[in-house]
Amino acid sequence: MKEDFDSNWADQTLNVGRYRTLQRKIVILIAVAALLPLISLATINYYEHHSALMVQVQEPLRALVGKTKHSFELFLAERISAVSFIASAYPMSQLADTKFLARIFQTMSQAFTGFVDIALIGEDGSLLSYVGPYQLKDINYTGQPWFQQVLIRGAYISDVFLGFRQFPHVVIAVRHIEADGRAWIVRATLDTTQFEHIIASMGLEAGSDAFLTNRQGVLQTESRRYGHVLDQLPFALPPANFEPNVQEFQDNGGQTYFLSLSLVGHTDFVLVAMKPKPSALSILYAVRKDLVLVFLAGVVLIFGGVFTATRIIIQRLRESDAQRLAAIHQMEHTQRLSSIGRLAAGVAHEINNPLAIINEKAGLLQDLLQRQPDFPNKERFMQQIEAILRSVDRCRGITHRMLGFAKRMDVKIEVLDLNAIVTETVGFLEREAQYRNVTIEQRLAPNLTNIPTDHGQLQQVILNILNNALAAVTDGGHITITTWDADDRIGLAIGDNGCGMSEETLKHIFEPFFTTKKEKGTGLGMSITYGIVKRLGGDIQIQSAPGKGTTVTIFLPKRPPEGEGVQP
Amino acid sequence: MTLPTRVLLVDDEVEFATTLAERLELRGLAVRVAYDGETALHLVRENPPQVVLLDVLMPGMKGLDVLTRLHETHPHLPIILLTGQGTTRDGIEGMQRGAFAYLSKPVDLQELLRTLEEAMEQGVQP
Repeated sequence: MKEDFDSNWADQTLNVGRYRTLQRKIVILIAVAALLPLISLATINYYEHHSALMVQVQEPLRALVGKTKHSFELFLAERISAVSFIASAYPMSQLADTKFLARIFQTMSQAFTGFVDIALIGEDGSLLSYVGPYQLKDINYTGQPWFQQVLIRGAYISDVFLGFRQFPHVVIAVRHIEADGRAWIVRATLDTTQFEHIIASMGLEAGSDAFLTNRQGVLQTESRRYGHVLDQLPFALPPANFEPNVQEFQDNGGQTYFLSLSLVGHTDFVLVAMKPKPSALSILYAVRKDLVLVFLAGVVLIFGGVFTATRIIIQRLRESDAQRLAAIHQMEHTQRLSSIGRLAAGVAHEINNPLAIINEKAGLLQDLLQRQPDFPNKERFMQQIEAILRSVDRCRGITHRMLGFAKRMDVKIEVLDLNAIVTETVGFLEREAQYRNVTIEQRLAPNLTNIPTDHGQLQQVILNILNNALAAVTDGGHITITTWDADDRIGLAIGDNGCGMSEETLKHIFEPFFTTKKEKGTGLGMSITYGIVKRLGGDIQIQSAPGKGTTVTIFLPKRPPEGEGVQP
Repeated sequence: MTLPTRVLLVDDEVEFATTLAERLELRGLAVRVAYDGETALHLVRENPPQVVLLDVLMPGMKGLDVLTRLHETHPHLPIILLTGQGTTRDGIEGMQRGAFAYLSKPVDLQELLRTLEEAMEQGVQP
């Protein structure tokens, strides 16, 4: 269970996906925090510029329409005045004279451009005289709407119509009432080429348009977009009044315009001017190229910074997690060793007393038997007792080693030559090695610094490892012992070409009672070795692969371990 | 080499003490047994033995305390400590407090007899 928990924990801790999620979260959080103000600023800035720009576009349009409307009103007012003057200045009898009327018309045409013809009409609607290109005679206008209009309103300007030579014209009619109550009407036709001149004088930019229409949306002048005079506009006109106003307007083609329109005084005309609304992109491009640049650079910088910083943080986190995990593993290992050690010591102590009693009882039995005269089976009794005593001896050996593992044995530190200890220890095993035809090669570094260490304990370490190596190799195998100088330490490696160990075995190798030798071993050898090496201030590592052999490497310090004085 | 004639064995483990005492008596020694420290001190005062065999680990008065008290009153009385295995530290401390030697249990009888002889040679009372 604990193992499972540990491995789960480790999986979670070192899970790459977990770090990626964390990294993503941090990046998003910081990026949002950093980008939000930037985006808000940019947005506010954009809209301010947008509205400023709109005003910049709209205001001139409004002014232009106002000015042009006045031009139209002035132009028409002059013509009405002229006609009105003629109607008032001359008696009806003179005006009815076609020759006289022709002379007046000639004078008027010189003063005011655009007049095409002039006519005098009686209040009964009959045409009294006419000067102009048509051969008009004996016509009655009573039924005409304009006639009624002029009788009621006194002055009238018609919509544009295609008149003589297919040019667009308007009719201006003025009523005059004499003191005696008689009334007549002077009617003049005006060529509207002048309208086009006024529109042209607006100086419109490309893409813009301006034109006159009547209130029903019939064009009174040429339009760049919507066709010729008397064409119907393809859209309904927004409501207009005498003050020019500006509004957004989307035509059937889907394009958005600013549209300014105004009624022209005394007429049925509406002056319309339109200008394409600048597109959002064109605003950005035209006005805030620098803003966009700063914004994009800011975004790139922020993301770059956030990514780099987060990667560094995550990397650190990962390293520290791995270190923590390693430390925990190390701690667990140490704790396991020490708790098993304490258990072993307790068991050894408890067994010790009954063992002493068995020893004495068997000894007494032996004493008593020896003092007896021979009796049947005496020899067999003696043999049994000796077997008991031998077993007690073996038990004593085991408890001794268990306690040796657990207890801190007294260490006697002397300055010694490691090479000499190695050679001496190898001597103990030479006979067995020769018998099994195993070669023990010593590759000892010459002039190795003498180190402060414990002769007996170091010997036990080497002996333990050599014993294991001998057990691992087959007959005719090879064992190599190497020593070398490793800066502030001395290295000692014992390698064999034996059977090696699995990773699982390697994991438990330093635990007490862990053995692969079954009944032959106590499982204490390597744990004692580990304990001694640590006590001597050294380090022990094992590399092994099944079938390839094992190498045990030990590093021993050149300075005495702390708390252990060097004895002469 | 002479073995002592009067030995005091102090050990709380009755089976161990009586058996060891009997084995020593079979070899001609007069052994008295005390099962705790107080009795041991009393017996020594009453009739001092030539050597004391003292168990270190006892309930009540600890072996090392008994050793100290005995050493104060009888500085020339050789005391051999019997320690449990691995309690070398106790043995060493005992030696520093004036014990003659220490042996670890289970005791090898031959080694015990040898130590008793040495104690008689070196720790002879005046």
